[in-house]
Amino acid sequence: MKPFVPFESKAVRMLMNNIDTDQIIPARFLKTTSKEGLDKQLFNDWRYLADGSPNPEFILNRPEGQGRQILLAGDNFGCGSSREHAPWALTQFGFRAVISTGFADIFTGNSLKNSLLPIVVSQDIHTKLFALPDDAVLKVDLQSQMLTLPDGWKVEFPVDPFSKACMLDGVDELGWILKQEPAIAAYEAQLANL
Amino acid sequence: MAGASNLPSKLMTPRTIIEKVWDNHIVHQQPGAPTLLYIDLHLVHEVTSPQAFSGLRERNLKVRRPDRTLATADHSIPTSDRSLPILDKIAENQLRQLEQNCLDFGIQCFGVHSSQQGIVHVIGPEYGATQPGMTVVCGDSHTATHGAFGALAFGIGTSEVEQVLATQCLLQRPSKTFQVQVDGPLSQGVTAKDIILNLIARIGIGGGTGCVFEYSGSAIRALTMEQRMTVCNMSIEGGARAGMIAPDDTTFEYLAGREFTPKGEAWERALSRWKQLPTDEGARFDHQITMDAAAIEPMITYGTNPGMGVPITGSLPDPAKISDPRERESIEKALRYMGLEGGKPILGHPVNVVFIGSCTNSRISDLRGAASILKGRKVNPTTRVLVVPGSQEVKRQAEAEGLPEVFRAAGCEWREPGCSMCIAMNGDMLQPGEYSVSTSNRNFEGRQGKGGRTFLASPLTAAASAVTGVVTDVRRMM
Repeated sequence: MKPFVPFESKAVRMLMNNIDTDQIIPARFLKTTSKEGLDKQLFNDWRYLADGSPNPEFILNRPEGQGRQILLAGDNFGCGSSREHAPWALTQFGFRAVISTGFADIFTGNSLKNSLLPIVVSQDIHTKLFALPDDAVLKVDLQSQMLTLPDGWKVEFPVDPFSKACMLDGVDELGWILKQEPAIAAYEAQLANL
Repeated sequence: MAGASNLPSKLMTPRTIIEKVWDNHIVHQQPGAPTLLYIDLHLVHEVTSPQAFSGLRERNLKVRRPDRTLATADHSIPTSDRSLPILDKIAENQLRQLEQNCLDFGIQCFGVHSSQQGIVHVIGPEYGATQPGMTVVCGDSHTATHGAFGALAFGIGTSEVEQVLATQCLLQRPSKTFQVQVDGPLSQGVTAKDIILNLIARIGIGGGTGCVFEYSGSAIRALTMEQRMTVCNMSIEGGARAGMIAPDDTTFEYLAGREFTPKGEAWERALSRWKQLPTDEGARFDHQITMDAAAIEPMITYGTNPGMGVPITGSLPDPAKISDPRERESIEKALRYMGLEGGKPILGHPVNVVFIGSCTNSRISDLRGAASILKGRKVNPTTRVLVVPGSQEVKRQAEAEGLPEVFRAAGCEWREPGCSMCIAMNGDMLQPGEYSVSTSNRNFEGRQGKGGRTFLASPLTAAASAVTGVVTDVRRMM
């Protein structure tokens, strides 16, 4: 993983609440044994018509959906299944942050492990963000946990400090857990005596 | 409190079962880091594991505890005759990789041709691998099912699957605790499925986010283990990663003598540990809700998330009467996708397909319930009905009881075990625009096939609707 550095981007807007993981990537694309190539199926059933051609109405097929690294979504984003294919598809498409009033627990965990930053904002800020002009540029800084609006307004967002450190350093958690081997072995020795 | 004076003060504070299981599994706690939590049982299936095994190979890591890991094939496996070749080559490759990975890493696998194959959340309990007080994880959000045994069981992503394979541990922050108290008797025709659909309709699909549920109360105590699994299974549909029920004699009777449960003296020791698990009197929960079981009717969903549910005799919400604009838009969008009109009753709506199966409702008691309605009746000739047992063991039991004959005589398809049309990865799916009454757990857009429209309900409601070909109140048939 690459270290998560500050960035600026316009946002793709998807106002719907409860965008579930079956919409982010439908289950029939989970037969793959690889992590790669999932960007093509991101929001597949909204993105393509029955004949396989792009749905011209869908935001990711429109000019204002191109090259943007922030997804501004409705409440409770990422509910449903535990498929990590959801953040894989989002990051491969180019998203680095999703902004919502809330995220499903498993989606949050999966995203943080893949350098996709789930940014939780209050309902008021959420409304304010959606009221911004479409070409508004937002700035995301993980180090200071600040989302900066075009007028300079800064919004602090919460993030788990451990996940933050991993993302800033570009390291995954497994290396850290492996270093806890003595504690794990001690716990297992205790278990064996039950 | 004689004899308790030497206990650390933490043990004196009344705790919930959620906190007790958590505390028992803390391996390491470092300031600033999440808790390193030990995982007792890791269940593995073909869809969320291949990339995790690849990760192990890349880092040259072994599976730390193959003896605490159990695999099966369920999501992408066909439910047609298993002696035939698998037509979907991508699915076949995924299934083959699961078996190869398990072979390479020394993991017991109930693969495609195993006599113990089944849906991961059916076989874990069935073979007694799931036990009270355990931490149980699986790369599947319906892992909450195992909470029915008083286990802390939750779904994880593939990165976490890799972590557990390599270390048997996960980094976790504690969840908030949420007590769901259900008291009173259930009415005739009302099932465990209706309890959980009712809860989710009340709190919404994000209502339990950040929480673990504990289900308690006389209505929960009166449920069998299979019914408790149905309730816990859909905890995630209320936003909670896990849902637990304290173990009791019902739990212990279910587990006694199963393949992986302790035997002899070890069983007695386990029993005495398990009896310490129930929530202490005076323990505090972060959230609470109480429900009157007697007031619950058979439930059915009408929309595109499991929180969009109504009593079966009720009407669809009328968007014009919803004041919150976001909520109104959300209901309008759902009704548009479903091709339904707000304010109308749902009873009598035509149904193209009935699906009886999934980790929510594919156990033997679910099949018995459906068969009790279908016996001596015929399904509507225009309605396709799939009955998919949860496991080979459920299938054998059903066969011993003559259930397949009942289903076939009624005009249903009796299929091989797997997730099937719940997730529509294996070829069992709705066609665009079709309506199903389904005993599964999700009614998201396209969940059962692109453009498919799902009404979630109990096996009884599903069977009744199969007979009439329209959404039907089973109580009229009992």
